Amino acid sequence: MAGERTGNFKDTVFMSGTFLLVFLLAWHLFTLREAFDPKGLTQEQLQTMEFNGDIVRTPDGGYVWNPEKEKVKGVPGPLAVLEKAWVELGEAFEIKGTNDHGIAYLVLYTVSRFGAGFLAASVVAVIMGVLLGLNKVLFRAVNPYIQILKPISPLAWMPLLLYTVKDPKWTAVLVVFMASLWPTLATTAFGVNTLRKDYLHVAAILQLSWLRRLYRVILPGAAPAIVAGLRISFGSALVAVVPAEMLLGELGVGYLSWIEWNNLDIAGVIFAILVVGVVGVILDSGFNKLAGLVTYQE
Amino acid sequence: MAFLEIDHVTKYFSSPSGTGQVCVFKDVTIKIDKGEFVTTIGHSGCGKTTLLNIIAGLETMSEGAIILNGKEVSGPGLDRMVVFQTFSLMPWMTVFQNIRLAVRAGYPDWDREKITAHVHKYIDLVGLKGAEDKRPTALSGGMKQRVGLARAFSIEPKVLLLDEPFAQIDALTRGVIQEELVQMWNTTRNTVFMVTHDVDEAILLSDRIMLMTNGPSARIAEIVDVTIPRPRTRETVIEHPHYYKIRNHIIHFLVRHAKHGTGGDGGPPDQSASEAPVEVNFERDASVLR
Repeated sequence: MAGERTGNFKDTVFMSGTFLLVFLLAWHLFTLREAFDPKGLTQEQLQTMEFNGDIVRTPDGGYVWNPEKEKVKGVPGPLAVLEKAWVELGEAFEIKGTNDHGIAYLVLYTVSRFGAGFLAASVVAVIMGVLLGLNKVLFRAVNPYIQILKPISPLAWMPLLLYTVKDPKWTAVLVVFMASLWPTLATTAFGVNTLRKDYLHVAAILQLSWLRRLYRVILPGAAPAIVAGLRISFGSALVAVVPAEMLLGELGVGYLSWIEWNNLDIAGVIFAILVVGVVGVILDSGFNKLAGLVTYQE
Repeated sequence: MAFLEIDHVTKYFSSPSGTGQVCVFKDVTIKIDKGEFVTTIGHSGCGKTTLLNIIAGLETMSEGAIILNGKEVSGPGLDRMVVFQTFSLMPWMTVFQNIRLAVRAGYPDWDREKITAHVHKYIDLVGLKGAEDKRPTALSGGMKQRVGLARAFSIEPKVLLLDEPFAQIDALTRGVIQEELVQMWNTTRNTVFMVTHDVDEAILLSDRIMLMTNGPSARIAEIVDVTIPRPRTRETVIEHPHYYKIRNHIIHFLVRHAKHGTGGDGGPPDQSASEAPVEVNFERDASVLR
């Protein structure tokens, strides 16, 4: 059985690796451009092209495509992205200007922005969710409003938030906050509301104090629902943080992609996209570890 | 004076259609002595569990009163502990933590060591030593209910309320746990009110068995004394000459009432609706034999 499982694991790794290689190879081949060939061009034409910056003269007297112009011609290949990544990671901890912070700083900014908004929203949502879940009348009274507010894209709030707090830094955090509030709120209320009556009966018979009832019975009992809500919030916050940074011009991995676009550095854009993915995976696995600690099986 | 008195308790539910009320049971009255084991048997829907929940304070009654030790009780309390059909163990707590939750609540002024020792005593008593750190998911139904019993006995309640406690346990294990319950109860002698479907279980455990008619408007029709001396075991109890008399009597009662249906589906109306329950005692009166 164990051997079979390792066998499967090996197969999986092999397959994943093959997919990656095929993809990279295809990417490389489709974006490959032929080397500059001066055959059939007059000296005059070559001089015009050099003057226009299409080609540059090499030290040995030949001509090659201008590498600067190459960057914006078509989609860069995997090697160009790798080269860009190498450069960026090499200066990860450097600050070269107001808008040119190393990638490590950008990741830090995004993660802290995300963390602040998500944590604040989670605390508020769980408290409100428990209150709503415990009081059926209150829940029914407030539920229509939650249903209306829930589907609103967090980005739709941005102009209003920016106008109100007048600070793009806090607006970005608040956009993340709005993105992560509703799912947790709704599922927490539902989880507390549908907590098995048996557990509450035991708590009632044992005459547990209000606080003990909350911490020993209600919160752990609703934990699976709360975690499910947090997971949805987490995803929606992660999706919201990138465009929020782009629109607000706040330094971060989302903004990096926008800067590189403004620089017409498509390899940089692809690198930024990959960084967003990696940051997402790391945050997500951290979240899963935490979630595993509080959930239980019926 | 009786220790636990169920005094003319009546329960109405508002009917599902929203118009008017449905009477679940009416004028249930019984006096239970201290240390007595009383069981209620009746068909599903007669309101047995509702009655038990009312005694526990988990549901409200429409009329009547529950009087414990001379005082009327309202709401749940540590003096009336329930053993649930569905076990009701907190799945996020280990066996030890489940029982400790109760012990802490029952003895708020005890220190940590005393609480721990007390919990271990009851874990040992139900034979769950070694399973302290398991969660309920990892336990069989029988083991789960052992935890439920340990939790209930650990706070030494005045009244133990057993709500079909062995209904979800396989038949072989059920017998074993029933005897464990007898042994535990022999040392503590709590007053017990049990609800069950199982006639043999009722005879093995009870001093008196209340037979309820079918709902709506169920009532106690008979109270059967179990005239078999204690200590009883599953082996010896069936040897007693009264065992099958009592058993047949109860089963006849249940079969007779099953024919009448549960929802007034054309069966003859219950003529004796307002009569006091018939007391049946095979020692005193052999003529009630059917």
